[in-house]
Amino acid sequence: MQALLHAIVEPGFFADGAVQIAATLGGVVAVVAGLIGVFTVIRSQAFAGHALSDIGSAGGSSAYLAGVAPLWGFVGISVLAAAAMEQIGVQRARGRDVATGIVLGVGFALASLFLYLGMTYHNSSGEIPTILFGSVFTLSAANLPLVIGLGAVALLTTLTLYRPLLLASVSPELAAARGVHVRVVGAAYLFALAITVALCDLTIGAILSTALLVGPAAAALRLTDRPHRAALLAAGISLACTWLGLLLAWDSFYWPPLRHGWPVSFFIVTLVLAAYLAAGALARGQTKRG
Amino acid sequence: MELAQPPTAPLSDGGAATTDRVLQLAGVTVDLGGRRILDDVSFSLRAGELTGLIGSNGAGKTTLLRVILGLLAPTRGAVTVAGPDPRHSVGYVPQKFMLDPDLPVRARDLVALGIDGHHLGVARPSRERRERVTRMLDAVGAGRFADTRVGRLSGGEQQRVLIAHALISHPRLLLLDEPLANLDLRSAREAVDLLARIAREQRIAVMISAHEMNALLPVMDRVVYLAEGRAACGPADEVVRADVLSRLYGHRVEVIRAGERVLVVAGEGDDAEPSHPHHHDSEER
Amino acid sequence: MFSGFMVNAWIVASLAAVVGGAVGFFVVMRGASFVAHAIPNGSFAGAAGAALVGASTLAGLGVFSVGGALGIGLLGRRSRRDVATALTLVFMLGLGALFLSFSAENSEAAYSLLFGEVLGISSNEIGPTLVLSALGLLMLGLLWRPLLLDSVLPGRAPGRRTLAIELAFLLLVAITTTMTVPVVGTTLIFTLMIAPAASARALTARPGLALLLSAAIALMTVWGAIALSYTTNWPVGFFVGSLGACAYALSRVAHWSSGG
Repeated sequence: MQALLHAIVEPGFFADGAVQIAATLGGVVAVVAGLIGVFTVIRSQAFAGHALSDIGSAGGSSAYLAGVAPLWGFVGISVLAAAAMEQIGVQRARGRDVATGIVLGVGFALASLFLYLGMTYHNSSGEIPTILFGSVFTLSAANLPLVIGLGAVALLTTLTLYRPLLLASVSPELAAARGVHVRVVGAAYLFALAITVALCDLTIGAILSTALLVGPAAAALRLTDRPHRAALLAAGISLACTWLGLLLAWDSFYWPPLRHGWPVSFFIVTLVLAAYLAAGALARGQTKRG
Repeated sequence: MELAQPPTAPLSDGGAATTDRVLQLAGVTVDLGGRRILDDVSFSLRAGELTGLIGSNGAGKTTLLRVILGLLAPTRGAVTVAGPDPRHSVGYVPQKFMLDPDLPVRARDLVALGIDGHHLGVARPSRERRERVTRMLDAVGAGRFADTRVGRLSGGEQQRVLIAHALISHPRLLLLDEPLANLDLRSAREAVDLLARIAREQRIAVMISAHEMNALLPVMDRVVYLAEGRAACGPADEVVRADVLSRLYGHRVEVIRAGERVLVVAGEGDDAEPSHPHHHDSEER
Repeated sequence: MFSGFMVNAWIVASLAAVVGGAVGFFVVMRGASFVAHAIPNGSFAGAAGAALVGASTLAGLGVFSVGGALGIGLLGRRSRRDVATALTLVFMLGLGALFLSFSAENSEAAYSLLFGEVLGISSNEIGPTLVLSALGLLMLGLLWRPLLLDSVLPGRAPGRRTLAIELAFLLLVAITTTMTVPVVGTTLIFTLMIAPAASARALTARPGLALLLSAAIALMTVWGAIALSYTTNWPVGFFVGSLGACAYALSRVAHWSSGG
């Protein structure tokens, strides 16, 4: 038993400082992403969420170029991009699709330029994988207050808007008839989403952060039919995937082929996908029995 | 039924005869994109009555509902809704909408959003709140599927849930946009009976928009007939007449009565076009 | 600018632009921007994996883009399509991150995969690209009517047929991806598929004309991008993205001023 436990949890996992910081930061971000992601999935904004996170790579790289902390780059550009999407037209489903695509294209164009300039003038090629794929183990404790603060802003915004947002997500028409300013609510939510995405960018990387935002929420929606419970379940799944991912990454340090560890983000993403597929199987089993 | 009798607040003009007048439209005209959608529409609705808003597609029914809901300001004219808080004294059931089957919102949750869905923050759960929702769902015959996701309900079932959602905030006026479209004949009859009962028992004004009036004829107290942006209103047998409707359409139409049914068809002569889309027949679907 | 190895770049890029613009017409019609973004972006893992095992990049891209297309098509049957797309995409990207960490390759290689490297195109890539573009255009020609009908009135065909049309469309996106990645990189292909098509749609109401216009705008975007990239030494992807957005903005202005 002891040996098995040792095989699963490599000795030193809980004692390591970098692990503690990564687990705390990753945990906070996972919970926020899970809760907020439920609305992203209900509102069919997975593409918008993904686009915001991808555009984050432009923010991360420009922040690096300017010598600012990457988190500010992520937050700044995500909020800016969210505003642009809202302006071009996120009201109509089809218009939203193209609007998101165009904004994402511009974001990528900028990212490619900033990364190129970074490589050319700062000799910073080591930063690229970090910005794109994240590296929660390299984060310092100094990030903690900021991450918690931004997470709290995103959570408070969503909790404050909870009822009108839910109503507007079910039917914008019904919400408007009740005097809800559907567009204002939508824009405020997009703002909270942008902040959440920026936080995910920091921990699992700009191009993978959609996994935490969409996966746990989609899995939770398959398992429960109550909105509150779906949000809590999503946060739980997201947290479990993140922590398990950290543990596996720690374990993988001695794995082949290179014996320098597999990327954390890979484990998190794979676990999220597995959770989603398992939730689907579970839900189908339930409907067959019931 | 659980709803209390709504308090009767007098309209500004007071007077005994108008105390139960819930909605009044005076000379409402709406121009959208250079086109006149509604042209000098005036009528009023009284508590306890069921009114049919009849007109073919494009006659301006949805525009009229949007004006009453306060979502669209009329170019000219006035809309007066009785009560201290006009916006929340109107309940609204939109046209059948497609909901995602995985939306994690049960019938019960949607009705609870009818109590305070426009308020900020998260609702505090309480036994009283839960019971209020259950009573409302039972009252509209939706108790059986209270815990099913709304996206998985049939059209008729969704409709009942939406009616419960609209009624739970004690409106004085209930507006329904084409509630009978997409319902089979039996569900349509059930829905109409339910709405007539709601109007009578709870003393609220119910207005149902429809492009086909036959399903509503047995229960309809009054009709607002829309054509070419103009409206004629009154009891059905005073409005659905060849002379009144011909004036409304601006060309000759005939009203044919076949037993319980009424058919409005383009008349002979004049500039009547056979393809004109105001052919009303319950079998047209 | 037109000498030696640059000739290869011009040929391959032009082919990629024409096919990308044409396929993009359906991407916009079907509201499938996310798919058009996910398949190319996810195929990045294929290139990284190919480098790891020493296979050809084109083969890696092909395998992963077709795999991604199938994943999206099959997962999307049972659940929301945007969620299925997002999860397929991030899983492929996660694999890419893994392969990248295995290979001791420097990040410049990753960069050129993500954002394109026109100068790296060699003459032996012209053959496969020609075959792929012929295949793509042939498929487009054969599927023109069913795809158009299904895009305008989705879900009218019987279930199995709808799935077949959807999968055929996803395969088209996969083919386009495979041939276009070497030119503009995985991240900016979808700009090439969306911006020209969205611009074309704003300019004309006729489907056939819109498709041709879309291909033409894509061609112009790519030509402009290569020329600018050649003179400034800045990445091609940057210019593809910016020129695409400019074309879209101009078409919106034209559409708006013509009173549409």
